Amino acid sequence: MSTPPKPEAIISIRGLRTGFGNTIIHDGLDLDVYRGEVLGIVGGSGTGKSVLLRTIIGLNHPRAGTIRVFDQDLATLDFASRRAIERRWGVLFQSGALFSSLTVAQNIEVPMREHLALPENLMHEIAAMKIAMVGLPPDAGAKYPSELSGGMRKRAGLARALALDPEIVFLDEPTAGLDPIGASAFDALIQELRQALGLTVFMVTHDLDSLHAICDRIAVMAEKHVIVTGDMGTMLKYDHPWVQDYFHGPRGRAARQANV
Amino acid sequence: MKQVQGKGSPLADIRFSHAASGSIAAAHGCWVISGLAAADAALRQWRPEGPVVIDLGALERLDTAGAWILHRTLKDLRAQDLKADFANAQPDHAALLARVAINDRPGPIEPPQSNSALNVLAEIGAGMSGAFMEARALLGFLGLTMATLGRAIANPSRLRWTPLIYHLEAVGFNAVPIVALISFLIGVVLAYQGATQLRQFGAEIFTVELVAISVLREIGILLTAIIVAGRSGSAFTAQIGSMKLNEEIDAMRTLALDPMEMLVLPRVLALIIALPMLGFIADIMGLFGGAIMCWIVLDITPGLYLQRLNEWVPLAHFWVGIIKAPFFALMIGLIGCFEGLQVEGGAESVGRLTTKSVVEAIFMVIVVDAIFSIYFAVIEF
Repeated sequence: MSTPPKPEAIISIRGLRTGFGNTIIHDGLDLDVYRGEVLGIVGGSGTGKSVLLRTIIGLNHPRAGTIRVFDQDLATLDFASRRAIERRWGVLFQSGALFSSLTVAQNIEVPMREHLALPENLMHEIAAMKIAMVGLPPDAGAKYPSELSGGMRKRAGLARALALDPEIVFLDEPTAGLDPIGASAFDALIQELRQALGLTVFMVTHDLDSLHAICDRIAVMAEKHVIVTGDMGTMLKYDHPWVQDYFHGPRGRAARQANV
Repeated sequence: MKQVQGKGSPLADIRFSHAASGSIAAAHGCWVISGLAAADAALRQWRPEGPVVIDLGALERLDTAGAWILHRTLKDLRAQDLKADFANAQPDHAALLARVAINDRPGPIEPPQSNSALNVLAEIGAGMSGAFMEARALLGFLGLTMATLGRAIANPSRLRWTPLIYHLEAVGFNAVPIVALISFLIGVVLAYQGATQLRQFGAEIFTVELVAISVLREIGILLTAIIVAGRSGSAFTAQIGSMKLNEEIDAMRTLALDPMEMLVLPRVLALIIALPMLGFIADIMGLFGGAIMCWIVLDITPGLYLQRLNEWVPLAHFWVGIIKAPFFALMIGLIGCFEGLQVEGGAESVGRLTTKSVVEAIFMVIVVDAIFSIYFAVIEF
């Protein structure tokens, strides 16, 4: 996966510092996400991968540093422009985070209702199409989240994230808790949607198979910042104990062989 | 429309024209989800004659929603036996249209709902039978709780003392301020209202009996039970319900721990112990509020108030009130725990059952109170 000489950074983070109370999670974190790529964020538990995702989408406030998305500094935007930016990304939370009082189809319609003035029947049609796109059966639309399995909930969550045809999707451990077949199917789905819709994917993951299968670049978090970014070849060569253990450990080897 | 258009992107536009070969619809501008409403309406109303060409040559941007509208239009026209095709599509637009076509699998949005008269009847029937089933299940739950209590009494080491003490503090001690305040205020209100009315007959002095008898027999304990149902019954349902959602109840069962013993018994017992105490505090505070008001409005000094209480209000009134407390407590505790264990699905279910638990608990408290009233009237106590 060769990157063009001067790729456009769709998300650009400089000198990010976040923390809770006395704990500093990130300090001096720099990261670029390029348009059209799938970036996998890896790191040990507690290194702040999910916090980074939440900070980019504005659920946490950084203590210092800038986050630019679509070349705009999120901290300085007024409410309306911020909403306009938020419409251009979609987020899949770890367990789907579907609204439990709405059916799957109604969940997918929520962003459309909230942000756009679309005719009712068009929204229903688009919702049905998104349901099909993420590989759910047509009758899943009328079901409530509690009636779905974990994997179906994630697919439904992805459909909601895709409702407004976003340019960036943030995925928080999309394959965690799925069986290996379901996880590969989810990887394939993300890859397919990325190609069809030209998505940029920011993915927090632990899943080495996902990293091999769909990530163009990988960013490793340790010591409160991103220690290295690059493709799988870079990772395998990089000299850092955690990176070595992660990519050369038994699971890393197995995933590498499976994807040769 | 409230959405903000991307920089410089023209809205989706559809232009109809006729050619010798048939009708032509040319799509212009950005067919992205934020600006599709007008184009969608125009295409839905379009009734062309003869072969149709949808020209995509002037299309600037396309997303899945725009592609869907184009695809649907083509599909509808073909369903009317018209020859319809796309023309001049750019490769990536064509690919997106193809992808949308694969995913054209309409399905329902909501579970089927019907609202005919028959269904209303069916719902009434279902509601009635549901209520009976629930009453039966609650009775079963009472039996189960009693059996667990029996086991715990036979073998006191089975009783969970730590949660019992914890719940005593939560439902009893922590409820003291609110119970005391509310019953004090009710004593004040009763005394004031009583004084105003009784003064018309020159019978102000009976205000003392009015306050004392109504507070001791009914209001003190009933009010306490209602406060506790709202405070603790709801908390029981929400706590146990969240534990159930989190599979903690299942985990207990697999560890051979009995949720009845671990969760239900300490809560119900704590309420049974705490409610009479709270009731006693409510009685005292109600009488105190009455005394203050009698002093202010009627110049009945606290000394006179106490003397009159002592002479004219027998202790039986106090016992009539306080004896009901454990029964109210049992109702509140049982219903709170029972509804908590009924939770399934999601957060919405916790909310619904918490509401139900409070409403049912207050209802049952008043039903039990009514039964006691009749009973005491019959035995002339």
